[in-house]
Amino acid sequence: MAETHTDKRPLSPHLQIYRPMLTMMMSIVHRITGSALYFGIVFFVWWLIAGAISAEYFAMTQAVFGHWLSKIILFGFTWALIHHMLGGLRHLLWDTGHGFKLTTVEFMARANLVLSIVLTFALWIGVYLVRGTL
Amino acid sequence: MVAFSLPQNSKVDTGKAWPKPEGGSLREFRIYRWSPDDHQNPRIDTYHVDMKSCGPMVLDALIKIKNEQDATLTFRRSCREGICGSCAMNIDGTNTLACLKSIDDVKGPVKIYPLPHMPVVKDLVPDLTRFYAQHRSIEPWLKTSTPTPQAEWKQSRPDRAKLDGLYECILCACCSTSCPSYWWNGDRYLGPAVLLQAYRWLIDSRDEGTGERLDNLEDPFRLYRCHTIMNCAKACPKHLNPAKAIAEIKKMMVERRL
Repeated sequence: MAETHTDKRPLSPHLQIYRPMLTMMMSIVHRITGSALYFGIVFFVWWLIAGAISAEYFAMTQAVFGHWLSKIILFGFTWALIHHMLGGLRHLLWDTGHGFKLTTVEFMARANLVLSIVLTFALWIGVYLVRGTL
Repeated sequence: MVAFSLPQNSKVDTGKAWPKPEGGSLREFRIYRWSPDDHQNPRIDTYHVDMKSCGPMVLDALIKIKNEQDATLTFRRSCREGICGSCAMNIDGTNTLACLKSIDDVKGPVKIYPLPHMPVVKDLVPDLTRFYAQHRSIEPWLKTSTPTPQAEWKQSRPDRAKLDGLYECILCACCSTSCPSYWWNGDRYLGPAVLLQAYRWLIDSRDEGTGERLDNLEDPFRLYRCHTIMNCAKACPKHLNPAKAIAEIKKMMVERRL
């Protein structure tokens, strides 16, 4: 060959063309919820520190967290936590070398998704029943 | 590194619609084309094939197109029965062997791309140099320190059975190139196919290089970029499970520390 073109070779399409599959989606959602929890926990720490600073400051923080917008975010945070926890259990099972049959993998992915939504609502409804308010 | 979009020279253009042949039962094929000679971006060409005079598999259609419509269409193929692994490509969104993929299993136009996230040599032919180099790096041969026996290295039936589900791998690269982790870190992560091969030698009862094999894999990238995304096991045309093999290697890593 007189001339080679190796440096000009195009990269074949990947994400653009690969068929989205539930297991693949659950994997990326696991990572996204993990990052969300990482940053979300800052607010939890803020709340704890607020309690240690003064009663007035804590009351102000409570008011911020009590806003309806904060509650929507907290609801999302709850879902992220539960989704990530269930995903963690899947990974724990995989780490023992079990749960790799394709049917099992598919079942666990669906169960993870459904359970995360059910448990999030259950937790919020439970809190509402106990406290009488959200 | 993670780059979700394609580089400028890799963006895919709309290509040529080839004239429809005669025939009553035409199927549409949209095929990725790129040639190193015409200094253009890749494109998608559209062909039609009369299914009445075509075999059932995607490979049959590719061969028919090459024979009757466009002799420049380039792809690898050899055995046409799922043994050689040459015709691995992305068909209808998943990686598989064109010779094992039935055209009837695809709804609508049959979209055919080369294996994902690989340098393209021409059309459907990816450059597998790095893939083979990675396979070489796990030293895929029997390693022993005890003196070679007079006759053969013996193995019990149960020990031989441990190789089932591993030795069948034909190194077609369908799994590795289906793996997002391999897409983003293919320069350092070995990928599912090569790790399955690594495990094949790790659990071979005759092999005596287990320790050094594990040492070679003890690395944040080579082994541990597997996040159990499971695309590999879903793509494997031989129905093997690289994800499970990788999990077993991770277990061996833990067990040898105990």
